[in-house]
Amino acid sequence: MIRFDQVSKRYPGGYEALTGVSFELARGEMAFLTGPSGAGKSTLLKLIMLMERATQGQVLINNKNLGRLSRRQIPYLRRQIGVVFQNHQLLFDRSVYDNVALPLVIEGYSPREAARRVRAALDKVGLLSKEKLNPITLSGGEQQRVGIARAVVNKPALLLADEPTGNLDPELSAEIMTLFQQFSDVGVGVLIASHDIALIRAMKRRVLGLKDGRLVFDGVLPDA
Amino acid sequence: MLKPTGQSTSKIARNRSQEDRGAVSRRTVFSDRLKGYWAHHKHSAKDSWGRLLAEPLHSLVTGLVIAVALALPALLFVCVDNLQVLGERWDGSPQVSVFVNPRAKPIVIEKLQAQLEALPATKSVEYVSPEAALEEFEVQSQLGNALRSLESNPLPPALILTLSRDVEAEALSGLQQTLDGMSAVDDVVFDQAWVQRLQEMLRLGETLSIGLGLLLALGVVLVIGNTIRLAIESRREEIVVIKLVGGTNAFVRRPFLYTGVWYGLGGGVLALGLLFIGLQFMSGPADSLAELYGSNFTLQGLGFGGGLVLLLIAAVVGWLGSWLAVGRHLGDIEPS
Repeated sequence: MIRFDQVSKRYPGGYEALTGVSFELARGEMAFLTGPSGAGKSTLLKLIMLMERATQGQVLINNKNLGRLSRRQIPYLRRQIGVVFQNHQLLFDRSVYDNVALPLVIEGYSPREAARRVRAALDKVGLLSKEKLNPITLSGGEQQRVGIARAVVNKPALLLADEPTGNLDPELSAEIMTLFQQFSDVGVGVLIASHDIALIRAMKRRVLGLKDGRLVFDGVLPDA
Repeated sequence: MLKPTGQSTSKIARNRSQEDRGAVSRRTVFSDRLKGYWAHHKHSAKDSWGRLLAEPLHSLVTGLVIAVALALPALLFVCVDNLQVLGERWDGSPQVSVFVNPRAKPIVIEKLQAQLEALPATKSVEYVSPEAALEEFEVQSQLGNALRSLESNPLPPALILTLSRDVEAEALSGLQQTLDGMSAVDDVVFDQAWVQRLQEMLRLGETLSIGLGLLLALGVVLVIGNTIRLAIESRREEIVVIKLVGGTNAFVRRPFLYTGVWYGLGGGVLALGLLFIGLQFMSGPADSLAELYGSNFTLQGLGFGGGLVLLLIAAVVGWLGSWLAVGRHLGDIEPS
């Protein structure tokens, strides 16, 4: 699903955000990406989304070498990847329904088919009754769930999340994690960047630990 | 993960045999996508229009700027067009007024008339005596009293030479030399000259309206480009999200292109309005002028076809302006 092969990312100006990172994430596997701020978590996710390109090494998604993808092909890569952001990246000029429908509109689904899928996704995150509301009227946890619905509405093979529980209390965070687990159970690869060690430990899943741009840990965290 | 849904599978099973199931579902997907594509076009067009109406004053001002820029060359074009109609109405037989030396004896004039009639280009020759000329002048100028106070008739006798229609410019200059060489002839005036000058001026006017049109079209492109640039800036957040979830540049561009076309079309409609008002103002004076010349000429507008062409040009220019702006600024907005 995801393969990093000796990947380094040096930003213009010389700052090296990632150095020689190698790992593989299988289809349907769920893993956490952790480490202190500035360790390179966001950079790693950006490389998968082709928001940045690796300066060395290879990133492969579904056996496709991202280094060989042209700019024009980037949108089609992103359609295979659902992303959940810490700040949701929801649009407040339209309803919950229209926010979730956006990826389907982009892919050219017919309005009828799109409606079916949007409702299924909203049902999955428990917000079907709020489809007509503007997301600005929702709570933080609900907004994050709208973001998740949007990320999974076109049934991507891979789900990325960047600090998805960053602003949520422990109870809501656990709910969100359960959702991610359910997606992984049906075969979606899930990679979650987070520094909430307690939550990660409770999930008992694979953890990729980054420090100063190097992969320093790969395995399940031992019980505290 | 991407299994067909229960609903569509059962539909297919009911309608088709096992073998062509795959083909049918593929075709369904394709026609679905096409539907989705058109749905987005429709949505973009409607949404862009709605955004213009949401800021009526700003849109109206922009529309008026575009309208003025379109109406100016269009008005010039209409004027040239009308003058051309006038030129065509000119019956086309060039006339030459040959003024005879006032001291020439009638016999000389008669001989001259016969000479002129014998020329190959001549259609007819008419003799206008000084008295007849004075009478005509009196009627036209209404200066009767003033003229009657003159001691003698200042007008010379004249021969009005009507040439055949298809006489060429070279033959005319040859004719001029012949006439100038005749001893009884004082002066020769070619009525043809002003027609030729009019044609030249119309050609110049045509070139001018095209040049002005191109220049102002460039202005419209820039105005719309700038408006679209601001629209892009105000929707930066949305563009970032669209790009993050896999929107192509074409998808991002679409609503802005519609905005440009709407601005162009709106400006075009307003330009037609301005043109109509302008022609209303001009038609009064034009009619009285035509009446003075005893003509039933009336000012013509762009007409239906011309109006459509103006709208088409406006839409294309609007599209072009937004296309340039989008191409220039959309690349700068990338998720980071």
